[in-house]
Amino acid sequence: MEQILELQNIHYSYHSLYGEIKALENISFQVKKGEFIGIVGPSGCGKSTLLSIIAGLIEPEAGEILTPAGSRDTLRIGYMLQHDHLFEWRSVYKNVILGLELNHLLTEDKLSHVDQLLKDYGLWDFKDKKPSELSGGMKQRAALIRTLALDPDLLLLDEPFSALDYQTRLMVSDDISRLIRASGKTMMIVTHDISEAISICDRVIVLTKRPAHIKCDIPVQLTLSDDTLLSARKAPEFQSYFNRIWEDMIYEE
Amino acid sequence: MKNNMELSRQDAFVYQHHRHHLLIHMYRILFFVLFLGLWELAARRQWIDSFFFSSPSLVIIKFWELCVDNSLFIHIGVTLWETLISFLLVFFLSLLVATLLWYSQSVAEISEPYLVVLNSLPKSALAPLIIVWLGTGMTTIIVAGMSVAVFGSIISFFTAFQQSDKEKVKLIQTLGGGRRDVFFKVILPGSIPILLSTTKVNIGLSLVGVIIGEFLAARQGLGYLIIYGSQVFQLDLVITSIIILCIIAMGLYKVIQALEHYIKKRISL
Repeated sequence: MEQILELQNIHYSYHSLYGEIKALENISFQVKKGEFIGIVGPSGCGKSTLLSIIAGLIEPEAGEILTPAGSRDTLRIGYMLQHDHLFEWRSVYKNVILGLELNHLLTEDKLSHVDQLLKDYGLWDFKDKKPSELSGGMKQRAALIRTLALDPDLLLLDEPFSALDYQTRLMVSDDISRLIRASGKTMMIVTHDISEAISICDRVIVLTKRPAHIKCDIPVQLTLSDDTLLSARKAPEFQSYFNRIWEDMIYEE
Repeated sequence: MKNNMELSRQDAFVYQHHRHHLLIHMYRILFFVLFLGLWELAARRQWIDSFFFSSPSLVIIKFWELCVDNSLFIHIGVTLWETLISFLLVFFLSLLVATLLWYSQSVAEISEPYLVVLNSLPKSALAPLIIVWLGTGMTTIIVAGMSVAVFGSIISFFTAFQQSDKEKVKLIQTLGGGRRDVFFKVILPGSIPILLSTTKVNIGLSLVGVIIGEFLAARQGLGYLIIYGSQVFQLDLVITSIIILCIIAMGLYKVIQALEHYIKKRISL
């Protein structure tokens, strides 16, 4: 498969008057097109920092981010944050076209793409509603449409479901990851939920505690009875993946 | 049966609620009537000297006299106009300054102690200076009105801008928006509730400043009427003006409150 992104020896530190806090140390891996990568690690280890660096919100102190075309600017990156952050002062429709608006891309075919997504994701009848009138799952779908409207090559998800209660979370993570899978996009998801990472992803990268480096990079292959995530959680290999990642996170060095 | 019981409990709750509010209203009116009655009685029985303390009937007579020669409406009009202008100028000026402070963190840090000092300074101390600089006239009074409200208003607006949701700012950045987009899509719309509540305070403060200005440098307006009345020992005039000021202050507050409700409903916050 075609490689769309490569990280080479990424380093990053936070600075304060009290000293330097090393967040990331020597992070290198490759991302192939269509791959779903889970990033897990102890809390506060710099997972979100890694996503911010890939998204270009912050610059790494050392190391390089390479794409096949060379510069990172050629790779369109979509970012989904922890909360949906739909703006209450805008309708659902006005929210999902926010990215297009900011990039002055309110063209006819972009907007018809958004309309199609709204129809496909069952939000068409709700497009003139306020975000507060949507259920938790629908809000996440709206946030996904807002991200997909800009047609990103790579989607970065930063604990996108952690604000939801457990039941909703299972349903929404199933729902959203299937929609992304169907769109053929590449995805990297940061999560602290090992089960979520195993059930959604093709590959799980385990980070150590600060300064974070890659502890291991585990390809996940599950024998599935059907294509729901609940069946993924029931797959025979699930438990052994879970134990392995759990031990990697607990027993360091 | 059970449903009926619940319904009647609901009715009882609603009844209690309305009863409570009705009682509150009645006591308010009762207090007002009692106060007026006692005042009038005290003046007639000469427990107090109505030359100094006036009385409700004298106030009404004075009010009627001022209405007849039309001067009252001119004074009220002048005060309202000056208050409105200084209120609007305060709003736009503080919005502008707060925006500049938000754009430049350094400018904000440099100006912070000055803003704090200017805000805590008793603004009436500035009034004589403003008169010397600008002369006696409407400009002076409008500037005096602004001086009371503007510094606090800048600080409130700027604080509101700074307290905006950092994650929403990050969202705009991840969607490729710049600092300008952050301001217009997140900071400004997100701050509207605080802008509105600050505005409600500002209208009262502008009125305070305008009256201070009129005390010192006016030929017209309620502030002038109060000072004139006290100088010629027409305390009926002073008290009538103060009562009219009370009504104006309440009216302005209610107007802004209605505006606040309307805007919040429009943008559904």
